[in-house]
Amino acid sequence: MTTPRPAVQVRGLAKSFGGTRILDNINVDIEAGTVHALIGENGAGKSSLGKIVGGYYTPDEGEVEILGTRVTRFSPRDALGLGVAMIHQELQLAPELNVVQNVFLGRESARAGILVRGDMERFEALERTCDFGIDPLAKVASLRIAERQKVEIMRAIARDAQIIIMDEPTSSLTEDEAERLHDVIRRLKAQGKTVIYVSHFLDHILAHCDRVTVMRDGRVVRTSPIAGETKKSLVDSMLGQEADILWPALPPPPESSVRPVAQLRNVSTNTGLSDISLVVRPGEIVGLIGLVGSGRTEVARAMFGADPITGGEYLIDGKPRQHRLTVRQAIAEGVALVPEDRRKQGLVLTQTTRPNVSLGTLKAISGMGILNHRIEVQRTREMIAHFGIVPGAVDGRVARYSGGNQQKVLLSKWAVAKPKLLILDEPSRGVDIGARRRIHDFIVDMASQGVGVLLISSELEEVINLSHRCYLLSEGRIFAEEPAGQLTVESALHSVFLEQNSHRNRQEVAS
Amino acid sequence: MTDTALTRPGAAGKRFDLGGFIRQYGVLIIIGVMLVSLSLLSPSFLTPRNLLNILNQSTPLFIIACALTLVIIGGGFDLSTGAIFGVASVSAAWIAINVDPLAAILLAPVIGLVLGSINGIIVTAFNVHSFLVTLATSLVYRGMAILISDGKLIPVRIAEFAWLGRSKIELVNVAVIVMFGFMLLMMFVLNRTTLGRAIFAVGGNEEAALLSGIRTNLVKIITFAISGGAAGLAGVITVSRLSMGEPQAGTGLEFEAIAAVILGGTSIMGGAGAIWRSMAGVLLMALIGNGFNILNVNPFFKDLTTGVIIVLAVALAATGNRR
Repeated sequence: MTTPRPAVQVRGLAKSFGGTRILDNINVDIEAGTVHALIGENGAGKSSLGKIVGGYYTPDEGEVEILGTRVTRFSPRDALGLGVAMIHQELQLAPELNVVQNVFLGRESARAGILVRGDMERFEALERTCDFGIDPLAKVASLRIAERQKVEIMRAIARDAQIIIMDEPTSSLTEDEAERLHDVIRRLKAQGKTVIYVSHFLDHILAHCDRVTVMRDGRVVRTSPIAGETKKSLVDSMLGQEADILWPALPPPPESSVRPVAQLRNVSTNTGLSDISLVVRPGEIVGLIGLVGSGRTEVARAMFGADPITGGEYLIDGKPRQHRLTVRQAIAEGVALVPEDRRKQGLVLTQTTRPNVSLGTLKAISGMGILNHRIEVQRTREMIAHFGIVPGAVDGRVARYSGGNQQKVLLSKWAVAKPKLLILDEPSRGVDIGARRRIHDFIVDMASQGVGVLLISSELEEVINLSHRCYLLSEGRIFAEEPAGQLTVESALHSVFLEQNSHRNRQEVAS
Repeated sequence: MTDTALTRPGAAGKRFDLGGFIRQYGVLIIIGVMLVSLSLLSPSFLTPRNLLNILNQSTPLFIIACALTLVIIGGGFDLSTGAIFGVASVSAAWIAINVDPLAAILLAPVIGLVLGSINGIIVTAFNVHSFLVTLATSLVYRGMAILISDGKLIPVRIAEFAWLGRSKIELVNVAVIVMFGFMLLMMFVLNRTTLGRAIFAVGGNEEAALLSGIRTNLVKIITFAISGGAAGLAGVITVSRLSMGEPQAGTGLEFEAIAAVILGGTSIMGGAGAIWRSMAGVLLMALIGNGFNILNVNPFFKDLTTGVIIVLAVALAATGNRR
């Protein structure tokens, strides 16, 4: 049987960090012109493998061949020279420069080191292939994550990369944006490029990849064509056991006569919300569905006192508020917010597990400003056991934890606060399957203890399966409310798109 | 991401990590080497008298570096400590002569505290980087010191006032005892109080601190107030020791303090660090100076040597962040 020449050939690769082997005897062939998925739980080694191919890490043993050339020096620059570009989870752009400047960074049109015209024309040529519709002169700092990602992809194409590694490309995208990214991937493939797709999103992988390599504990479990795979078959290989993708059973919804723990009445903010009315009852999980920019996060922030409410009423436990709500007061009233970006907004990565768990509730573990060390350690231990945080050290270095374990630390911080209203913004973004399941159990567990939960997630399947009731948002307004049981991913997406388009049309008619 | 593996329990990494140990405790190792070699080179080095003398001479720097550690961990920077030291110096002298010696000792730190709070209030109210704010206020405060003293030295020969800087309890200088007391207080604040936690959080991730209900602005103001107060205390100790209020006193002290904090290994990025590190940094700088004295080396090389050691220490610490 003849196989096409592989774009990337990895033989006997091994890599250790600090005495721990994180990749062991890896053998993978990635065929040219295919979309090849790397999957595995966090810590399975898929990102590290990607980073070795991308030139970010140097392997301890084994060899890598790229388009038939054996790699001798591992650096991103050398990799690029061989035609490999990597697009990172944390994007690497210069925020103060505009889109064109970023795309051609280090490759500007120049003569003898002096910049000359021509970048705009080159950009337009690129844009004809990509069709992203990004404003070339927009400052990158002003772009959303999804758009920044497009800039990174354009940059890779501008460098004539033949092999593009995408590390968790859809983890911060909404479904529709992910769909558009997949269109781009399809186009790249049609042009003969090879895409290495590292992801947790099995649906995306099943729909858009040609082949898949499943990894577990630093080893390759198997590499096989995607045809014939199912979500279950992939998960089984990742976990090394039979596993079912199950959603935990929800507690019964509270009666509609129960007094809401939180209620918004015609609330508006200067972050773009207008006329928002919603209720969350104790023991109820309420989902917010909308595209990125629809105002989901803004609702969460307003309810937590992080952004001021400029109009309407916000009642916590039936009590209207007289003054502007601050985060401190919100916390004192029993509101908790797990923010969407755990590294930027949630955790203090210079600190260990213990202070991170305590940060929201310092008052509860201190007297006259002096911390009670014993109680703090005890409480942290309880949380580590409760969530199964690994490593289990009370003073473990959170910065080095996997995404799932970082998220568990962040959830611990608010679990110890025993909130009445728990707002979760993308609670399972970028975490592995094991952690994801634990987080889902936690959400349901909180609701059955009588906590009101407001759940935001770009993954519609998650919101629909974990909520009692959902609100659908578009352009800072709630346009529909549905029992979650009557929604499907397709129907929810459909109505969100329809609403957005009709809203746009209305605006166009008005103007 | 992947170096999660480093902390995984039961991993093969049980072996002693020498590189990590050196990066973590490098400053202590250098101090150890200095202590051993200086005692071998000079019989007069390892005497209680000489060692206490080293501590006593560096008391002002110890106190300022100690408090500066809180500012830097909180993500700030304070370039005004030298100028506040100058204000404290001349006002303490003036108060000791015209009002009361004891009042001077008590009020100088308070004056520093007020000037430090002003730094903090400007930083938080206008959301300007503390580097710029304290650079500007240091000029203002130095100007104040000159105005208060009319640009002249103010001699204070009052026994009750000299007590703080000059007297001893048994063998130990009162100033050294005050310094250790202050150091223990700062350690307690940083490690055992909610304020300390808040300082680490504000410096490590301000937004996360804000979203955890921490009053981040108040926390920052407090760190600058403490730093100012420490500069005031250091100032009055020095006036009391020299019997002289000096408007230019403490010039350059802010850089020595910053150098000591960095030398100790506290991250200039904020969010991490320790008081003991800054103490070790000051001690190392003092040992270098003392070594030059007792070995009779040309003192022109002292700053040069200190600078080279700082560069080496910072470079060593930085290698740990690379992969």
